[in-house]
Amino acid sequence: MMERTTFHRSLPAIALALLFAATLFVAFVEVDFGEPRIEEELPVNYQPGEEIDTENITTPGLRYLANSSEETGSANLVTAVVVNYRGFDTLGEVTILFLAATGVGALLSFIKDDDEKKKKKILPPSLILNKGARLVLPLIILFGVYVFLHGHLSPGGGFQGGVIIASGMLLFYIAEPTKGASHKVISIIESTAGLAFIGLGIVGLMTASKIFLANDFAGDWGEVGMLVSAGLLPLIYIAIGFKVGSEMTGLVEKMRGDGS
Amino acid sequence: MNELVFIALATLMFILMIALAVMVIRSKDLIKAAILLSGVSLIASFVFVLLRAPDVAMAEASIGSALTAIILVFAIKKTNRFEEGGEEK
Repeated sequence: MMERTTFHRSLPAIALALLFAATLFVAFVEVDFGEPRIEEELPVNYQPGEEIDTENITTPGLRYLANSSEETGSANLVTAVVVNYRGFDTLGEVTILFLAATGVGALLSFIKDDDEKKKKKILPPSLILNKGARLVLPLIILFGVYVFLHGHLSPGGGFQGGVIIASGMLLFYIAEPTKGASHKVISIIESTAGLAFIGLGIVGLMTASKIFLANDFAGDWGEVGMLVSAGLLPLIYIAIGFKVGSEMTGLVEKMRGDGS
Repeated sequence: MNELVFIALATLMFILMIALAVMVIRSKDLIKAAILLSGVSLIASFVFVLLRAPDVAMAEASIGSALTAIILVFAIKKTNRFEEGGEEK
């Protein structure tokens, strides 16, 4: 009897999942995943430091290795791929993160703290933690800003820098259990950064190549390896850094709840 | 780097990771498990550095070993610290 009712209740969910699966199947059945997109040849093994034969490029990877610094102006190949060649995927990734944070917030808003748990006294943090956090917090935030500002030059980027800033804020929350950043400020920063990302994508629509998230200023600004270079890539990474940082801070704050 | 040293280091790291992961599963104290899990991520980020993927290593170190552990600890604090049958007296 019990099993039957639970099955009965989950029928709409199963139907929805099947419908979703069918939609995805129809959409992706035409795409041949895993096929080389440039030429139908076997991939060539590339050794680091090897000179690339630009006449005979057979895989997307080799193409990026050969042309990325010219086309994107980025010294960091990973950034060139993540933000320039696969910028739309990154937009999707940021959207997924946003949806996950929103989902956590929505779920946690249903839970109310029990009175019993509220009576528990919040233990004040130790002196060493409190003073040490004040000393280290500015340095952590500075490092996070450095990481996303130099995303096109050195390893790292918007995601890493944003998460470093969020972990700095986490230290602040542990050191000061009664204080917290304003939800309003966090969500304003987050939405502004998200809009800035889309706006920079629309800039690509308006410039020469007329493609969303195109990077047409790559060659115009500075040389490869300078801080001001790589066209729109650093600006996009700054937007992602702010967005991820504020999103993760908000997530941690929601998980922390009131005190404790 | 010498190839033999590289292989030896990587193997050591993999064994450590597997050992830590087994400890995570066996632990009845969930806060201990969360901290051990962040240790797994820390070693994974070291392996990424060995494999010349510093970008991934940074993401793994900051997300895997810092944020995930703390979010898990916050969640455990709101529920029960010990698994059933594992509570110490």
